Amino acid sequence: MKLNELSAHSLVDLLKSKKTTPQEVLQSLHAHIVQTDKSIKAYVRLNSEKPESTLSENQTCPVPIAIKDNICIAGHETTCCSKILEGFRPPYDATVIEKLRKTGAIFLGQTNMDEFAFGSSTENSCYGSTSNPWDKDCVPGGSSGGSAAAVAAHETIWALGSDTGGSIRQPAAFCGVVGVKPTYGRVSRYGLIAFASSLDQIGPIAKDVEDAALLLKIIAGYDEKDSTSVDVPVPDYPKDMRQEVKGLKVGIPKEYFVEGLDKEIKEAISAAIEVLKKLGVSFKEVSLPHTEYAIATYYIIATAEASSNLARYDGVQYGLRCRPSKTRKSPLIDMYEETRDKGFGKEAKRRIMLGTYSLSTGYYDAYYLQGQKVRTLIKNDFDKVFQEFDAVITPTSPTPAFKKGERINDPLAMYLSDIYTISVNLGGVPAISLPCGFSKTGLPIGLQIITKPFDEETMFRLAYAYEQHTEWHKQKPPQLK
Amino acid sequence: MAEATQQTFDTIIGLEVHLQLNTKTKIFCGCANRFGEEPNSLTCPVCLGLPGTLPVLNQTALEYAIKVTLALNCQINTFVKFDRKNYYYPDLPKGYQISQYDKPLANHGHLIIPTANGPKRINIKRSHLEEDAGKLIHDDKLNCSLVDYNRTGTPLLEIVTEPDLHSPQEAHDYLTILKLTLQYLNVSDCDMEKGSLRCDANVSIRPQGETKLGAKTELKNMNSFRAVKAALEFEVNRQRRLILTGERIVQETRLWDEEKNITVSMRSKEEAHDYRYFPEPDLVPLTIDSKIIEKIRLTLPELPDKKLNRFMEQYGLSQYDAHILIQEQDIANFFERCTEGIEDVPVKKIANWIIGPMREEISANKKKIEYISIREFLMLIRNVEEGKLSNLAAKDVLSVMVSSGENIEKIIAEKGLAQIMDETILEKIVVSVLAENPKVVEQIQQGKESATGFLVGQAMRKSQGKGNPKKFGEIIKRRLQHG
Repeated sequence: MKLNELSAHSLVDLLKSKKTTPQEVLQSLHAHIVQTDKSIKAYVRLNSEKPESTLSENQTCPVPIAIKDNICIAGHETTCCSKILEGFRPPYDATVIEKLRKTGAIFLGQTNMDEFAFGSSTENSCYGSTSNPWDKDCVPGGSSGGSAAAVAAHETIWALGSDTGGSIRQPAAFCGVVGVKPTYGRVSRYGLIAFASSLDQIGPIAKDVEDAALLLKIIAGYDEKDSTSVDVPVPDYPKDMRQEVKGLKVGIPKEYFVEGLDKEIKEAISAAIEVLKKLGVSFKEVSLPHTEYAIATYYIIATAEASSNLARYDGVQYGLRCRPSKTRKSPLIDMYEETRDKGFGKEAKRRIMLGTYSLSTGYYDAYYLQGQKVRTLIKNDFDKVFQEFDAVITPTSPTPAFKKGERINDPLAMYLSDIYTISVNLGGVPAISLPCGFSKTGLPIGLQIITKPFDEETMFRLAYAYEQHTEWHKQKPPQLK
Repeated sequence: MAEATQQTFDTIIGLEVHLQLNTKTKIFCGCANRFGEEPNSLTCPVCLGLPGTLPVLNQTALEYAIKVTLALNCQINTFVKFDRKNYYYPDLPKGYQISQYDKPLANHGHLIIPTANGPKRINIKRSHLEEDAGKLIHDDKLNCSLVDYNRTGTPLLEIVTEPDLHSPQEAHDYLTILKLTLQYLNVSDCDMEKGSLRCDANVSIRPQGETKLGAKTELKNMNSFRAVKAALEFEVNRQRRLILTGERIVQETRLWDEEKNITVSMRSKEEAHDYRYFPEPDLVPLTIDSKIIEKIRLTLPELPDKKLNRFMEQYGLSQYDAHILIQEQDIANFFERCTEGIEDVPVKKIANWIIGPMREEISANKKKIEYISIREFLMLIRNVEEGKLSNLAAKDVLSVMVSSGENIEKIIAEKGLAQIMDETILEKIVVSVLAENPKVVEQIQQGKESATGFLVGQAMRKSQGKGNPKKFGEIIKRRLQHG
């Protein structure tokens, strides 16, 4: 087997027993990227970073990793795939990057994404779109489409993404890999360029559940630089997930199995439930009654926060600065308007306008405030179910990967592709997406497991048990065979 | 029209004070909080608002804010949350200011100010914590604007009164008392020139008897209390003129022009920003433990109004004397330490010596009063009381004592300032003075006793200030009666 196709945990074993070196792994990846990424376009930038020839004992995981283009690496251009951040080189590492550095991680490059994570297809990127390794006419999902495609195409060992409404899980499902949205507050957001601060979380995208567990263990934990990170101990996920799942109680929310759900996906989820039943997991239908309001709530809260978070891109300090040749209003206002007009893409402008509107005097009570109330109801739905159940299982996405261009002019259809993932962010709970089958056309299908806040352990337990008894994660995209 | 010009108006003023807190570091990052440094030298990715950075609340800033609001008799809201105030300006690197909107740190406070009709309570509506913005500097030579972010993230406490002030003078008096109270707390420089204390004013007028408020204007850009008063006076007159000529007052923000002594329109209500406030998602709301509030309450010093009353009662001082002594905490402390266990020097004398010569000397010598030796200072007063030193000589000695820190015995010896107590020498001086001024002697003998003072003065001169004026007076009187 080629080195680039290995999982991180098996690579670590090889590295520890000196059967290979980080240099060899890197060479193998680079050779493969040169060959493959022309058509996948998962990366927007490749780093020339070389691994250290001698590793210290603390560097327990010297594995190459791909980073979504919204997580700051000191001295490296980081743009959120937006023209407005052209040339921006943060002078600091995100906390997750700092943690990875300590383990000896090698940063391969930055992966493509929807501009500022606004999208579900990675088509809203100033660098152009990324292809789904399973069908190059299809999108890889989004917004972490570059990271998911890079993992699926074996252009990296693993990757980091960020998830605000499904941006890790949906592309993981579309690309047939594992993606985790941790509990809000589990992973420091310091250095993650904000989309919606109250929803954003950084999480792993990996080839299997064990890698996802390992990567989360590395990046998780309280950070004094992020007031919203929570000071609770981080369990040893890769070890703890090996406990058997017998006796666990799982809910199946009836609201998730309604019209709009692809028949093949429904069947794949039912089959997955059967696998877990055989392992002693019990299932029961449950209700998350406010599910139908999730998308509306999400687009009010997320865009409101985004409109404010993106206000700093004004051409003053960094990134793009444009000035019209003729003065229109005043030199300052002209610069603001021209910079933001040229710097932001269509979807970014749409969300800034939506958010600005819902925060405006006279609309705040009806939109933002109401949105926050509904958000509480959605969170309460989860709390109630988790009083009785250990987890909830749903599809990750109502459909498999769709064709490029199919939804780009239909924002509502695009927004609906996150219908099963959004509530998780609103509720602040953790969730994983893992492969559970394929459509007749050969596109991957994702299974989503949701657990209570800070109980990623149970989430990994169920995912790992399922994965141990299935072969889906071992499948490779056709071109790579 | 004749009727209208006689119409009297009520003035309604509310003040918004911004106070920079002198914490070691800024409110949401670890940068030093200092004034007057090299532009942009006190910055980091967080206060520059670089993408991906997050604010972390400085607990000391919160404690200082609690201390101030307690001193202003406010109710503290134990649930503390922050909001974003969104607007664009180059000195605001995030495009929003982290502030507090619907749930300020404190409400319902008050301060008592003295007025001609006795003490008056000025209610404080709210007080909230926020971050300061940077500074925009317009460079005419380079024809561009430059930004200095050193000030960005300085903790600011905004203190807003109810519209309880009814004249520019009351506004001025409120600010004076507020500043004194704040200085006692030692949490801010309170220096309007450096911008560590800033004041905006809202003012409207209405015909006497009218209960509905008139359209108000907001005044900005006043750099001293005097300017606040002047701007308000100008604005009250401007509004009165408008009403009397039948014109409408536009609700707007106006800037005070210090040179021209006028206010000019900056923006109208229609142009006002919609700040789109919403809860700051990067900071988790927190609940202040009531024990912490009580702990902070215990650190409050005796505040100026209490000290004033106590000084009058305990030391029998006049309101005037007590008022001067409490203007500076270290002076008040010095006074109290001087009086501790001292019976041979009258308290009133101590107060007089501090209020007059001592304050003058420490300010002339730029010394801190706390470094002056109380023992030496008291000895100086004793010398005067015992007639060993004239007032004039004692002032000389004090001057040297404050500037050099030497003990007074040495100073007196070196300067040869000790009073001449030898009666025979004093008699000799008087004899020669009487001989030199026969006309004055004649006047006194004819009954114009007030002329004695002139002779005493002459005698003092002759003795080079070392004689005792009282003694000289006695000798002159005796000699002339006998004469």
